[in-house]
Amino acid sequence: MCTVCGCGAGETKIDGEHEHTHAHEDGTVHSHAHDHGHSHEHHAEHGHHHHEHPVSADLDYGAGPARAHVPGMSQARMVQVEQDILSKNNSYATANRQWFNERGIFALNLVSAPGAGKTTLLVKTIELLKDKVAISVVEGDQQTSNDAERIRATGTPALQINTGKGCHLDGHMLGHAMQRLQPVDESLFLIENVGNLVCPAAFDLGEHHKVVILSVTEGEDKPLKYPDMFAAADIMLLNKCDLLPYLEFDADLAEANARRVNPDLSIFRVSASSGDGLSAWLDWVLSGLEAQRGKRSESVDALKRRVADLERQLAAK
Amino acid sequence: MHEMSLAEGVLQLAEDTARREKAQRIKLIVLEIGRLSSVEPEALSFCFEAVARGSMAQGAGLEIIDVPGAGWCMLCAETVPMQERYDACPSCGHPLEVTSGTEMRVREVEIE
Repeated sequence: MCTVCGCGAGETKIDGEHEHTHAHEDGTVHSHAHDHGHSHEHHAEHGHHHHEHPVSADLDYGAGPARAHVPGMSQARMVQVEQDILSKNNSYATANRQWFNERGIFALNLVSAPGAGKTTLLVKTIELLKDKVAISVVEGDQQTSNDAERIRATGTPALQINTGKGCHLDGHMLGHAMQRLQPVDESLFLIENVGNLVCPAAFDLGEHHKVVILSVTEGEDKPLKYPDMFAAADIMLLNKCDLLPYLEFDADLAEANARRVNPDLSIFRVSASSGDGLSAWLDWVLSGLEAQRGKRSESVDALKRRVADLERQLAAK
Repeated sequence: MHEMSLAEGVLQLAEDTARREKAQRIKLIVLEIGRLSSVEPEALSFCFEAVARGSMAQGAGLEIIDVPGAGWCMLCAETVPMQERYDACPSCGHPLEVTSGTEMRVREVEIE
């Protein structure tokens, strides 16, 4: 387990199913114990010498002696990789997004610190929208299926992912959840990420927007303390606004801090429990879904035109 | 943040490369980590050593190249250094567009 954030892997469960999301082909084990006596020293014998030997940028399968790092001395060689560490996750996320787009599904990834009111907001959103649109929900938590049960109580299909030691959902987990849930075409797909303002920022799931929820019982400077999440989000919901009269929270300052990190952020002030301000948020959700449906019918129309065109060409032969 | 997942990502990329190159062992991995990426290089090294155990990269060196933050000011038409993601332009106070410092990349690996 990571000593920084408690993040680990290999304990993910999707509603009771065991899932080893980070299993390596060679069976690398994650349930290691850190021994405390080890050092952090980098391996000095490698030095920086490789920078003096530029090699070809592409991954050449015909690796020969010409590419030997120290010719005649060692078989070791440098290979340029130039890949983002998160590229594997990003490729899963891209596939997920394409799957959503092909079906005209609008996917939102809700992120916040624990206790900001994600689940209450989801339940309220579902209650107000479920007569208009089909909705499916993925719930991410380290343990328990309490949240999925709260969603299911509204009559909406929900799948719980328990990340075990993990501190965020990733693109691979979401792909499995999508296959399990099988959302209907042109529906709304809501993902409640693990309550954590740090790690979920870096992991694209294939959603169309990250929606960050900040509650007025937190500090106004949270966007500055956790800038990555506010930079990654397109929408911010300032929740629990019904409590503002009882608090010293400066909502304008909180919004200004959030916009300092992300000038393009759209902000809605809401209260999930009283329902105040929710209509603007719901309108935004519905217009996003409408745009997804529009894009899908455009691409379906384009495909139909292409098919008709090809058929004409075939008939002409 | 999530250094364990990142360490696994690094290992995967290095192992994929080593297998493709039909190498037996990974000796060194060179990473570029931007200062605005909120990755702790110390924690990443620690986690990497743990996940690499029993793999082709066991005992491999991890060299982390620190990439300073920089941003573009549209008004001044200038690239300026950035310490934090929300830094404004030091000359005019306009918000900056981050151009460098968010990297989390595997640059190269040494294999044999």
